[in-house]
Amino acid sequence: MLGTFEYFVDQAINGITLGAIYGLIAIGYTLVYGIVGMINFAHGEIFMIGAFVSIIAFLTLGFLGLTWVPLALLLVLVATMLLTAVYGWALERFAYRPLRRSPRLAALITAIGMSIFLQNYVQLLQGARNKPLQQVIGGGFEIMREGDYVVTLSYLQIFILLLTVVLMAVFTLVIGRTALGREQRACEQDRDMASLLGVNVDRTISLTFVMGAVLASVAGLVFLLNYGVIDFYIGFLAGIKAFTAAVLGGIGSVPGAMLGGLLIGLIEALWSGYFTVEYKDVAAFSILVLVLIFRPTGLLGTPDVEKV
Amino acid sequence: MLEATGVETFYGNIQALRGVDVSIRRGEIVALIGANGAGKSTLLMTICGNPRAASGRIVFESRDIASLPTHEIARLGIAQVPEGRRIFPRMTVLENLQMGATVAEEACYEEDVERVFELFPVLRERQRQRGGTLSGGEQQMLAIARALMSRPRLLLLDEPSLGLAPRLVARIFETIGEINERQDVTIFLVEQNAHHALRLAHRAYVMANGAILLTGTGRELLDNDEVRAAYLEGGAGKTDVERGGDV
Repeated sequence: MLGTFEYFVDQAINGITLGAIYGLIAIGYTLVYGIVGMINFAHGEIFMIGAFVSIIAFLTLGFLGLTWVPLALLLVLVATMLLTAVYGWALERFAYRPLRRSPRLAALITAIGMSIFLQNYVQLLQGARNKPLQQVIGGGFEIMREGDYVVTLSYLQIFILLLTVVLMAVFTLVIGRTALGREQRACEQDRDMASLLGVNVDRTISLTFVMGAVLASVAGLVFLLNYGVIDFYIGFLAGIKAFTAAVLGGIGSVPGAMLGGLLIGLIEALWSGYFTVEYKDVAAFSILVLVLIFRPTGLLGTPDVEKV
Repeated sequence: MLEATGVETFYGNIQALRGVDVSIRRGEIVALIGANGAGKSTLLMTICGNPRAASGRIVFESRDIASLPTHEIARLGIAQVPEGRRIFPRMTVLENLQMGATVAEEACYEEDVERVFELFPVLRERQRQRGGTLSGGEQQMLAIARALMSRPRLLLLDEPSLGLAPRLVARIFETIGEINERQDVTIFLVEQNAHHALRLAHRAYVMANGAILLTGTGRELLDNDEVRAAYLEGGAGKTDVERGGDV
């Protein structure tokens, strides 16, 4: 069974699902790094808040008697995007903007501080216990069979992949083709010049944090649906993995973040499937070490690091 | 049109401008010459609010802009081609021009692109190329074209001839004259290349150590012995000859 193609496909499907979550979070790291040149270490907590908003929204809808799944999903999606975006916006506005002209170390320490703050904030408000959610999307269909080993593609996995692909396509278009995306890229390349041309740099940076938070909130929702249980601490490990994904793909590159997320997800799932589950984190972080040694700009990163 | 009085600017504890008075009337080309480190670029950047003037008034079309944020100053119709061109290297030529049109009305875009392509035909050929792949002269043209895309009423140019071949320098100055005349753009020009600048400008200021030293028409300053000694002969004038410029 372990050596069959079916087993591989099964693990690969798990890996791609996991990769979707990491990719969605990684885009937020990469966007923010691109425009303000800092690693927003509180971004994992934004993801965690997205998961909490989702579970609260699900329970509220259930309490109100709304049980038709497609509508419930849509409402939860919108709610978590909006509310989590507010957190992302506030994080930048109150914690990072006052430090915009300070040394980088100040922003970095603040980011770590905000990460701890947000974890404790959620722990205080929601308690430290696990929060389970009953299955929202069940079922699936069989795609392969080898003896009595059945590979299924669940409806949940299809939903996750479709949602991720659509979101990534939309954000790629926004960054590549719209005036907002152009302004973001201009701020990334030369912030002072962008403001000389009339770009409101503060507003553009705010919107970048909001975009990152929206994607992370969707990752939070997906995480909740996929694992069915969350706690205030999930942002730490997922955040670090997504950061690894962003570095692997090339920090600053949006396609790189997507690719990096996918690869980290696959590596983790295949490692768990073929070797030991215990060392899956070691496998993922070893990749980070190897990338930093042999290709510090990442897979799709640009080598011209002219930022000072 | 632009009236700066008693402008002082600091970089940390270092005073870069010491009470500068400059006045620019509509339709003029005004040159600002002076040695390296005299504060010329700082004056242009201070007009755009980055860095902000620590004291003094900067009035543009009867509105004090000294405390406005940079992007709002751009909205009022002041465009700058800053020191070092600063085009966006990883954007295409066309995207750079679109960035220039940030504060312009969308309806004017097609017409304005056509206008700058006529002014600099090489940009039309290179429109899909990344800015960073252009030659120095092409980048300078792109920087000027980008500034024009906002339909500015006042154009601040910082050393448009820096690092360009003599033939191109003459062409850039010619184009600046055209822009001023045909498109009714007032121009405030910082130059090391004092000869060219003084011949083109209606009026000029000479700056040293963060303050205005002299002012007069371009002709007057060209004939002024002090100016000749300091900025034309031996200094910039000689390099002009070396560059093969038509002195």
